[in-house]
Amino acid sequence: MLRFILGKILWLIPTLIGITIVAFGFVRVLPGDPVLLMAGERGLSPERHAELAHQLGFDRPLWQQYLDFIWQLAHGNLGDSLVTHKPVLGEFFALFPATLELGVCAMFLAVVIGVPIGVLAAIKRGSWFDQATMGTALVGYSMPIFWWGLLLIILFSGILQWTPVSGRISLMYYFPNGTGFMIWDALMSGQSGALTSALSHLILPAVVLATIPLAVIARQTRSAMLEVLGEDYVRTARAKGMPPRRVVGVHALRNAMIPVITTIGLQVGMLMAGAILTETIFSWPGIGKWMVDSISRRDYPSVQGGLLMIALIVMFVNLIVDLLYGLINPRIRHR
Amino acid sequence: MTIRSMLLAGAAAVMMTAGGAGAKTLVYCSEASPEGFDPAPYTSGTTFDASSHPVYDQLVEFKPGTTEIEPGLAESWDVSDDGLTYTFNLRKGVKFHSVEGFTPSRDFNADDVIFSFDRQGNKDNPYYAYAPGVSYEYYAGMDMPTIIKSIEKVDDYTVKFTLSEPNAPFLADLAMDFASIMSKEYADKLAGEDRKADINNVPVGTGPFSFVAYQKDAVIRYKANPDYFKGKTPVDDLIFAITPDPAVRMQKLQAGECQIMPYPSPADIQALKDDSNIKVDEQPGLNVAYLAYNTTQAPFDKPEVRKALNMAINKDAIIDAVFQGAGQVAKNPIPPTMWSYNKDIKDDAYDPEQAKKMLDEAGVKDLEMNIWAMPVQRPYMPNARRTAELMQSDLAKVGVTANIVSYEWGEYLKKSKDPTRDGAVILGWTGDNGDPDNFLAVLLGCSAAESGANRAFWCDQKFDDLITKARQSSDQAERTKLYEQAQEVFKEQAPWDTIAHSTVFMPMSTKVSGYVMSPLGGHDFYGVDISE
Amino acid sequence: MSEVTETDIPAGTRRAQFAEFWFYFKENRGAVIGLVVFALIALAAIAAPLISPFDPDTQFRDALLATPLTHDANGNFLMGTDAVGRDILSRLLFGARFSLFIGVMVVLLALSVGVILGLLAGWFGGWVDTVIMRVMDIILAFPSLLLALVFVAVLGPGLINAMIAIAIVYQPHFARLTRAAVLSEKNRDYVMAAQVAGAGHMRLMFRTVLPNCLAPLIVQGTLSFSNAILDVAALGFLGMGAQPPTPEWGTMLSEAREFILRAWWVVTFPGLAILVTVLAINLMGDGLRDALDPKLKRS
Repeated sequence: MLRFILGKILWLIPTLIGITIVAFGFVRVLPGDPVLLMAGERGLSPERHAELAHQLGFDRPLWQQYLDFIWQLAHGNLGDSLVTHKPVLGEFFALFPATLELGVCAMFLAVVIGVPIGVLAAIKRGSWFDQATMGTALVGYSMPIFWWGLLLIILFSGILQWTPVSGRISLMYYFPNGTGFMIWDALMSGQSGALTSALSHLILPAVVLATIPLAVIARQTRSAMLEVLGEDYVRTARAKGMPPRRVVGVHALRNAMIPVITTIGLQVGMLMAGAILTETIFSWPGIGKWMVDSISRRDYPSVQGGLLMIALIVMFVNLIVDLLYGLINPRIRHR
Repeated sequence: MTIRSMLLAGAAAVMMTAGGAGAKTLVYCSEASPEGFDPAPYTSGTTFDASSHPVYDQLVEFKPGTTEIEPGLAESWDVSDDGLTYTFNLRKGVKFHSVEGFTPSRDFNADDVIFSFDRQGNKDNPYYAYAPGVSYEYYAGMDMPTIIKSIEKVDDYTVKFTLSEPNAPFLADLAMDFASIMSKEYADKLAGEDRKADINNVPVGTGPFSFVAYQKDAVIRYKANPDYFKGKTPVDDLIFAITPDPAVRMQKLQAGECQIMPYPSPADIQALKDDSNIKVDEQPGLNVAYLAYNTTQAPFDKPEVRKALNMAINKDAIIDAVFQGAGQVAKNPIPPTMWSYNKDIKDDAYDPEQAKKMLDEAGVKDLEMNIWAMPVQRPYMPNARRTAELMQSDLAKVGVTANIVSYEWGEYLKKSKDPTRDGAVILGWTGDNGDPDNFLAVLLGCSAAESGANRAFWCDQKFDDLITKARQSSDQAERTKLYEQAQEVFKEQAPWDTIAHSTVFMPMSTKVSGYVMSPLGGHDFYGVDISE
Repeated sequence: MSEVTETDIPAGTRRAQFAEFWFYFKENRGAVIGLVVFALIALAAIAAPLISPFDPDTQFRDALLATPLTHDANGNFLMGTDAVGRDILSRLLFGARFSLFIGVMVVLLALSVGVILGLLAGWFGGWVDTVIMRVMDIILAFPSLLLALVFVAVLGPGLINAMIAIAIVYQPHFARLTRAAVLSEKNRDYVMAAQVAGAGHMRLMFRTVLPNCLAPLIVQGTLSFSNAILDVAALGFLGMGAQPPTPEWGTMLSEAREFILRAWWVVTFPGLAILVTVLAINLMGDGLRDALDPKLKRS
């Protein structure tokens, strides 16, 4: 088992190096001069420009910049943002809890709603329930979520005024030494109403972000269940007179979960892509919006650091899924 | 004290930490995150709104609602007859804020003034480049390194500035955000602890509000400074709720989640005015949006061709469709609220027939040109692409084919500065200090034509002489006359099509009182009150 | 497993195979509806200049933000007008051209590059395989929209660049699929037989192995088609896709955002167009998958 895990990790190292090259390389070929962008309409003299470029290290050969980047990386330093002049890693971790909270809640919604729907639809294959839910799932899967988000805002915040428009919690609540996870902070603070406030701010973005994973998980669960239900051992169990609920609960569900877990793992990357759009629409102060802003501001170090961190997180989650998969399904280990 | 009252007191303390009952809180839905809290290295209004306006003071300040100068941290000042020495008498007993980890041991004095300027001009100052990429663009941009010859401390409460040449706008420059006065004691302490960068994270100033906390891209919190030298501001807490989307800002305002917001979308202004819980203050912005021809290239080197194109463009349509009425057609390069604005200038009226005739007379046929439209929204121009689309269809009516080109914003700024640039460029300017020199010399002077800040590359000797003379004179009446003449020359030569001056709107809850709009576009909350 | 004998199909039975496919496809009501809707959208795109009531770029200055069903001197604005008075219906019809074109081009690009890389990797194995698949792994480590966003930032915003960026991001899926299929087909009897008969690498890869990997590729292709339309719209929405005045749907949405509370129609219709198109393609895709997948046929 240990060998299996170690092997998996070793296998990742070349990819890791590749990722640093991509993150570094991209940013160097981005057109647009960050120094000029800093100056705006006001502009600056050529001498001043050269001085600043030198100060920022943009005038050195590429390979030197790359080695420097790796060296700094090894020391846990991703450089400083050109816009705020603060360490990129600090900025990343200041915003990451917001994205993580949103992502986890979205995933929670997707699994808690998606899996039962998929199971029920498979059991009642062909029923109106199956057709209605799977039809809806396909609509969800086809949804341009940036538009979906706008519609929900118009309806729930605009017309009905049920949910707040943006932000993470009512400004009344303030947690000086918070963790950045608003729900957790609200719970810990013990202030009445704080949790409700945090949840009401979270619900729309989470629903929007959950839309596509929910559809995928429901569909995937249904087809995995159908497959398992058709297997011989399930039929045998049924033939032997085992109660249908037990058949589904004990035998079918457990086996059907293997592909579903893989799907859930694969959704993490998708979730990050969705977060870019969701955070932009809801002004959610997270990583996705930060990346879009950094790209448009040509904030080299932030784009570079952000790309790297996100790729690392996606890779890490995939590794975990791989390992879990190996645990559940011993055959994989010896392939 | 009975147990019961102790309990009550305890409950009250809890309420206070929640920012609730008793404390008056003003919430401002701001449009973007500040880049930092040290105003000097930055140039964006958003950053100044969050740093210099609430937290800092300057030696002299703009009187609220005007571009006139009034005493700030300097109680009074003397200018020598040759206009070369400025002596400031500093206010006594002014206290800096206390923040976590720093409590000032002394009052504001001359050392703080010297430090605040020295760090921007002196390469040896430890704060000259205290974090990677920190540079003092405004200090350089306002030409301070050339203008200021020396700054001396005469005594603890007197500072003398010596200039290298007379410069009429200098005093106004000192009221700008980059000239905010920092605490030297705090800076030294941070330097000693090797965390200089914190001066940009946790600001310490003398202003009406002291900084409490910043949660990145979400919320900034301030509390009122009880010792403020002009008197404590009416509210107890000030909160910036960072809300980049204008439609969302508006909804939050209507829902009462904030009480005041900047930059509403022009499309929503009517709806805001119709809301009985909201009032909308408005005022012409100190800005101009223009289309600059490349006057070094044929056929745009001929004033009559430029004039003809100006007449072909329907500016009223741009005001309607792009500004949604939130602007006025511009005829001069400076906005009407600025002193020396020449009211008597007649704009080239929209007249496609006449324009066509003039083009024919100039021998221009089948003209094909580029119109550059920037990719971003600016205070003076809500949507440059839409403007360009309108121009394109107007020009087509006089037989001119226009292609719209656009680049990424940084690239756009750079490429538009190239004298070999092909085409006319849409751009604009927002005033820094209310002086006409800040528009006319910066955007249309001959030296600016060389540096490229003059996007028309238009160097007219007559015009340049007029504005140079005006800069060096200290007689306001004389300066006014010179600038009025300069505007006449400008209109004759038409290096630009002056498009519009945008109107600035400030919607706020009817509960808010005492807010004064600044013509310079900043947002300042000192003196603002809110009724329950 | 009985397909081994079915895989080497004489040309004559291809028609029969298609008939079988069609039999299963038309059983699926959703798929047929999807096909019909898609065909209508495609027709509308092709015939846009003929059927659209107005020129998509003409600005009616006296009818800014006209509500749907407005009828005035200019004519009938069925879906209203946008902020500069352009007819939304006409823009949507022309927009269909862009979205479909981009979708098709992305699939073609990603498919051809991905298939070639996958074939090479699967067929030759060894270091060729390692290098190619490693590069694919790296691309897949980044969330697709983020990577496309950075690509577009590098190439400059625009429809063509958005298309290239999305194709680059999509092709690893095709490469992986092809490689897996090649690996499973490589040692089959018919390939061995062809190899013994002296067929060259090229012939073996493209003529013998590839046709037998088509089913999963077709399914992945439809999937990419609908995803590409969504992603191009998303890039447009973020301001990095098609540039105004191009009537691309995502770009229209992004321009409409400021009117969200005042003019619902400028927000609603472009989004609806995206949803309907993508849904139609996905319905078709489901039908295709079911008809092509023998496993599901069985049950």
